[in-house]
Amino acid sequence: MSGAKALVKALEREKVETIFGLPGGAIIPVYDALLDSNIRHVLVRHEQSAAHMADGYARASGKTGVCMATSGPGATNLVTGLVTGQLDSSPIVAVTGQVSTPQIGLDAFQEADIISIASPATKYSHQPRSVEEIPSTVREAFFIASLGRPGPALIDLPKDVQVDSAEVKFSDKIRIRGIKPIPTPDNTQIGRVAEMLSEAEKPFILAGGGVIVSNASNQLQNLAELLLAPVATSLMGKGVIPENHPLSMGIIGMHGSKEANKIIYDADVLLAIGCRFSDRTTGKLDEFCPAAKVIQIDIDSTEIGKNKCIDAAIVSDAAPALNMLNKALVKKLKHKKKTSWSKKIKEIKEISENKIENSGKELTPPKILRELRRLIPDKSIVTTEVGQNQMWASLYFKALRPRTFITSGGFGCMGYGFPAAIGAKAARPDLPVFDIAGDGSFIMTENSLATSVLEKIPVTVVILNNRMLGMVAQWQRLFFNRRYSAVQLGNVPDFVKLAESYGAQGIRVGSILEFSKAIKTSLKEEVTTVIDVPIDPEENVLPMVPVGYSLKEVIG
Amino acid sequence: MTKTYIISALVEHKPGVLYKISNMFWRRGFNIESVAIGTAEQEDLARITITIEGDEKDAEQFVGHLEKLIDVLKATRLDPKKAVIRELALVKLKAKDAKMRSDIFHYVDVFRGRIVDVSPETATVEIVGSKDKIDAFISLTKSFGLVEVARTGETALIRGPESVRLNE
Repeated sequence: MSGAKALVKALEREKVETIFGLPGGAIIPVYDALLDSNIRHVLVRHEQSAAHMADGYARASGKTGVCMATSGPGATNLVTGLVTGQLDSSPIVAVTGQVSTPQIGLDAFQEADIISIASPATKYSHQPRSVEEIPSTVREAFFIASLGRPGPALIDLPKDVQVDSAEVKFSDKIRIRGIKPIPTPDNTQIGRVAEMLSEAEKPFILAGGGVIVSNASNQLQNLAELLLAPVATSLMGKGVIPENHPLSMGIIGMHGSKEANKIIYDADVLLAIGCRFSDRTTGKLDEFCPAAKVIQIDIDSTEIGKNKCIDAAIVSDAAPALNMLNKALVKKLKHKKKTSWSKKIKEIKEISENKIENSGKELTPPKILRELRRLIPDKSIVTTEVGQNQMWASLYFKALRPRTFITSGGFGCMGYGFPAAIGAKAARPDLPVFDIAGDGSFIMTENSLATSVLEKIPVTVVILNNRMLGMVAQWQRLFFNRRYSAVQLGNVPDFVKLAESYGAQGIRVGSILEFSKAIKTSLKEEVTTVIDVPIDPEENVLPMVPVGYSLKEVIG
Repeated sequence: MTKTYIISALVEHKPGVLYKISNMFWRRGFNIESVAIGTAEQEDLARITITIEGDEKDAEQFVGHLEKLIDVLKATRLDPKKAVIRELALVKLKAKDAKMRSDIFHYVDVFRGRIVDVSPETATVEIVGSKDKIDAFISLTKSFGLVEVARTGETALIRGPESVRLNE
């Protein structure tokens, strides 16, 4: 069997259904072997999008996403997407072609040392130097990508190894000695944390993306209901609890709701789970919940106490820890009576939800996003680009289920949302998928329109179009005396014409009514749709906590 | 409080591993004083001894991040009181006349070093001990004229039957 065939067979054994990629000289043998496989290959127009698609596929489905590229520039174009996946703990396996082994190190045509370049962003990387090594390399890459805290893995396959033939044995055995056991919570730790929680008068839960990765949303909701504890999330945790749940406080942080950012300071016990206390979530760390006893649950021991000093810790996957906590607490708290804390939570939730916008403008991001939520099914998947659009989406678009709000949180990678939406749709063709976009971000990967149209993976892009790099412009307005530097994008391209030139549907809307009609059309027709929504370029995302301030010091 | 920590790790003895480990030092911003690496008790294993400057949290994070690398089989912080710690240094000094030579021999004797190479103009000394001992030797003999210094960095093992070994 040739190395290329061995690779494809090994991918089939991992139950890979879809690969996002773009071929080139050093990976042609693999693409030839793919012709004889049932694996679907989705052709991209730029490799960065392939990595984002694999990432969106992974986050929507919980399975590992796969992307493929040739050597050199193909491989380096993947890197932005791999780092995006690493920062948000998304399982991705990247396969890259490499120049033939005798040429490695000689600066051959399209040679790049991708193993080294991607090293800080990959949990595992290997360059098989013989056909026999391929099956174990593939097995190990998939195993490690999804193990514990998920992340990217890389297989770099030299061209001669793709062409060479050998007898190949496939086995499910993992031979890596350095794999550490996944930590499990012990009863003493659980007991101590359960006690702290049951004694808390004002418990508060801060949930992050780890709870989604662990598929532990139900358990989290159970715990919150037992404790009558409000739940705020980080951006990555959005959707972990339905945001219309009476205990949901939305997201906290730089662009969290004013109410959630304030009330978290009143907590006496703060349970942070699957959340790494990032600077965007906590504001000024020294002043973040100084009075509360802090409990942290995380599968990654290096996250425990990395940013925030804590009082108790459980190193564990969220699901088993939450199961054990619920079991320990159910008897004690089954009949917990509502306290003044519950009353306060209810009150402030009402205040925040009944806020009426007094702006007379017709098309404001909050109105658009609330309308979008009203119109699309609860289970729809929404991705975002990065910048103002993302923060508006996190503030005003309520996520109702886990894995339905997909965004580049840690890396803040512009151009992520559209290819991630295509990846998500490929994983879940049964669900409508929307990309909440800004014009600046969408332009970065707009060529994925070709992929969406030709591969028949229809998604709808809603462009909140302010003709600006809006978030930078906002900072320049607020902190640089309105001196705009390099943020005006001009009124190009015409997104309707752009969409049409790719064979997609383009709609420009001028009112909420037209917007509703466009969304309804897109839900009915299942074709790639770009909805251009011109908005006021002066619009700020508020509230906002400036960098270096505590969450209590909110603008707006 | 900032101090020196010694971490001993057992790692896969194969190409690229040192790169991945040192990559982590840089990415996470650790302050590395020295790294010593060589084949361990099994040929397919290497033992790496790293000394870092930092506080308790740095040391804990360092071990955690090392253990997250799949090429690292085990990583432990060593208690300097319960470990044998040694560094080897080769120090080439100017030694142009008999007086200089006899002075150098004297210091070498005091520090229990050895002269390993002599030329009409230089003497090369091998000296083994703690980092502090080698620092002291170099600072005392600097006045002769330091030509070259090569140091291995500290390497260490736990005293007694305890060990950082692969579980059989």
